[in-house]
Amino acid sequence: MIKRSPLVLGNKTLKDVSDDICAPVERFPSKGWMGLFLGAKTLLLFYIVILACVVGIGIGLLGVTHPVFWGTMIVTFVFWIGIGHAGTLISAVLFLFRQKWRTSVARTAEAMTVFAVMTAGLFPLLHTGRPWLDYWLFPYPNQRGPLWVNFRSPLLWDVFAVSTYATVSMVFWYIGLVPDFATIKDRAKNKLRRSVYGALSLGWRGTARNWSHYEMLYLLLAGLSTPLVLSVHTIVSFDFAVSNLPGWHTTIFPPYFVAGAIFSGFAMVVTLMTLVRIGFPEFKNYVTLDHMEVMNKIIMTTGMLVGYAYASEFFIAWYSGNPYERFAFVNRAFGPYAWSYWIMVSCNVLSPQVFWFKKLRRSIPVMFIVSIFVNIGMWFERFVITVTSLHRDFLPANWGMYQWSWFDTGVLVGSFGMFLTLFLLYLRLFPAISIAEVKPVLHVGYDTEGGHH
Amino acid sequence: MAAQYTKGIAGIWDNEAGILKAARKTREMGFTKFDAISAYPIHGMEEACGIQRSWIPYVTFIAGCVGLMGGLALTYWTSAVNWAVNIGGKPFFSLPAFVPIMFELTVLFAALSSVGALFYACKMPRIDPPVIDPDLSCHKFAIFVPFNDTGYDEAKLERMFKELGAIEVKKTEY
Repeated sequence: MIKRSPLVLGNKTLKDVSDDICAPVERFPSKGWMGLFLGAKTLLLFYIVILACVVGIGIGLLGVTHPVFWGTMIVTFVFWIGIGHAGTLISAVLFLFRQKWRTSVARTAEAMTVFAVMTAGLFPLLHTGRPWLDYWLFPYPNQRGPLWVNFRSPLLWDVFAVSTYATVSMVFWYIGLVPDFATIKDRAKNKLRRSVYGALSLGWRGTARNWSHYEMLYLLLAGLSTPLVLSVHTIVSFDFAVSNLPGWHTTIFPPYFVAGAIFSGFAMVVTLMTLVRIGFPEFKNYVTLDHMEVMNKIIMTTGMLVGYAYASEFFIAWYSGNPYERFAFVNRAFGPYAWSYWIMVSCNVLSPQVFWFKKLRRSIPVMFIVSIFVNIGMWFERFVITVTSLHRDFLPANWGMYQWSWFDTGVLVGSFGMFLTLFLLYLRLFPAISIAEVKPVLHVGYDTEGGHH
Repeated sequence: MAAQYTKGIAGIWDNEAGILKAARKTREMGFTKFDAISAYPIHGMEEACGIQRSWIPYVTFIAGCVGLMGGLALTYWTSAVNWAVNIGGKPFFSLPAFVPIMFELTVLFAALSSVGALFYACKMPRIDPPVIDPDLSCHKFAIFVPFNDTGYDEAKLERMFKELGAIEVKKTEY
């Protein structure tokens, strides 16, 4: 019989679990955390200044110009939205598949989802160029006709998809946090902490009846989030695929985008988790090397899926016999943006191949570096899709380049400031591992005497 | 606010097996209003306490249907009735294009209503409810029997809890 390795190391008791997970919330932050937070905060301030310029002066500050009118804003939007998908995948899809290893990473992955979607959500709003009129995106009764939004446009589907996704993943995350807030409240030694976490816990009491409803709701939200997360990146891919542009107009886009989203999201989870394990050593017993290894396997699998999509796009472009389609792809791999294409291929398809080896799959430095490469590669994937398809239009008179400016760099780099500030605050203020979900799986992999296999 | 809480007696255990046994026994004694309190959902506790399957899925289903029909009504009425605009020669009522909107609204309505149903079912949010023991959200477990339950007898319950291995018995409000 195959024996399971324990999900939580170190023979923890129920009390140890609460103590370990609440510790970062209850003690004074470490110097490392303060340093990172100040760095992230500075980057956030820089981001705010950059965005103020972009809004105040106009998005002409970015490199968007004829014929490339979709640039950094859209590329980075798709990048961050994709990052978010792994969190929902871990918390909802793996929950439905009864993958017990998900419990210790689900909370942080979900937090990553919420913050990534918040970061992403700003881009299309700013990309409109006049963000003060963004309420026009929603169908509301008005005195202009009434003139309604165009429900036939994929861009409007995106408004509904992203706002639903943001709402539902935030609610899912918060519902998971409620019992843990109650734990922190009951442990609180000072009055302020007791009142704040008491309010956040909404008066949760943990009676058997409550848990019965709670577990049912959790299952329902997982069941609703699963098709939702697939629909969101499908609809994001429709933004491209529904147009008639060679390079965008392909039926493979929805699954290709979803696989890419899971790929990049898991890479971000691995990046963040390696850092969390360094910053909070007590979490090493909960987020074990086994967890990291499983995620690396998913990264390698989805990496090969996107690799397959890259190859299939080329095959179909050749097989279609359409000269414009063929040109778009040859231009992608050998045109002026060939460098970005080959960065994408080497980061996304080649670099995860190191995970064929168990030793490398379980090596923290190796997985950290690969995950960074994957993050870079996935940003370039969206850059390749967006910019190379646009920059050489049907007529050579409409050929041009994306005029990358340092505001583009500012927007891209600054968005990490927003994400990391939120993420670091979360690590400090919220229980970063689900206490109530880890407790029931404590015994997994241990025999009755308490020793492990 | 105090009126919503009832007086009663609570036994406290420090292990999962103990509380499961105690819950089963309390139910066999004929109590129906008692509740078992734990820091995490315990496998088998619903059977032990005789708790019915949660009714929240019915709310989810109905809200999902409302969201779906609402999405259909919104897209149909705005695109084909209220201010029909010819867009690229597409039909005013272009159903396939409305499917994403209908789907997203289904999920949104179903999810938010289910959460609302949980709040209603668990009477949340509640301001500063009485706590029997702060360790109940950490590593201890309790059974609470309210005074108005059938056959409530404090002395008898205290004896029973002690026999079942309770580490502490408290007269309290919950």
